[in-house]
Amino acid sequence: MATREIAGVTLDFDEDGYLSDASAWNETIAAELAKEEGLETLTERHFQVINFMRQEFEANGTGPSIRRLTKASGVPTKELYQLFPGGPAKKAARIAGIKKPHGCI
Amino acid sequence: MSDSDAIKKVSIICAHGGLDEVYPALILANGARMEGIEATLFFTFFGLNAIMKKKVDNLKVATVGNPSLNLAMPMLGMPITWPFPTLMGAIPGVSNFATYLMKNEMEKLDIPPVSEFLEMIHDAGGEIYACKLAMDMFKLTRDDLVDPVDAVLTVGEFYEKSAGATVLFT
Repeated sequence: MATREIAGVTLDFDEDGYLSDASAWNETIAAELAKEEGLETLTERHFQVINFMRQEFEANGTGPSIRRLTKASGVPTKELYQLFPGGPAKKAARIAGIKKPHGCI
Repeated sequence: MSDSDAIKKVSIICAHGGLDEVYPALILANGARMEGIEATLFFTFFGLNAIMKKKVDNLKVATVGNPSLNLAMPMLGMPITWPFPTLMGAIPGVSNFATYLMKNEMEKLDIPPVSEFLEMIHDAGGEIYACKLAMDMFKLTRDDLVDPVDAVLTVGEFYEKSAGATVLFT
């Protein structure tokens, strides 16, 4: 567990580096976390993925699989990998302020 | 684990065409892409079934001479340690039924059908290749293969594509 200040808010992160409390998240925090992941700007398409992941997390307690993400979020696989290069499920989950996904698909 | 130890690229060879023999290769390749690891899939010999248009979504689980089917016995309401009698497995339709049961369980876990899985891996930037020698042996052409297949390669070309990769044989 680590505490850091991001966008003027003191936040707790778990040992994987993911936000401990998803409800402490906001879009400014997302933008800062995105920079840490090497994404300079978050577009509307990024937020389509991020918001979908947050909805799924709220409903199921875990982030969606890539398959579910591409089928239900309206963002196809190819674009998903372009939006979040180098591991979309994990990267998007960290920026979305939810826990590290544990699915294999 | 330091960054230099991390796997950066995998090259997965799939040489068998049973449903249970193809999925591990697909799951490893897709999982690699999810982690940002480069992935190459090479289908050879009976593994070609997995990328053949006519067969891709019609792969079967072997119910004859398969001593590990006990794991699937709970799907029939039986104990997980019970062997599946190989003689019963030879009855027409039994392999289809076992395959159906297994696909059912997979769908519940969000594991896509093989054709969709291949598209997913391809769209995720994974590369999919077929073995030229096996293609020649079974008299197959590129037209017999599904769209996500990038190319038909010789063994030498496969090794070239695998430079710097961890090679896995499934």
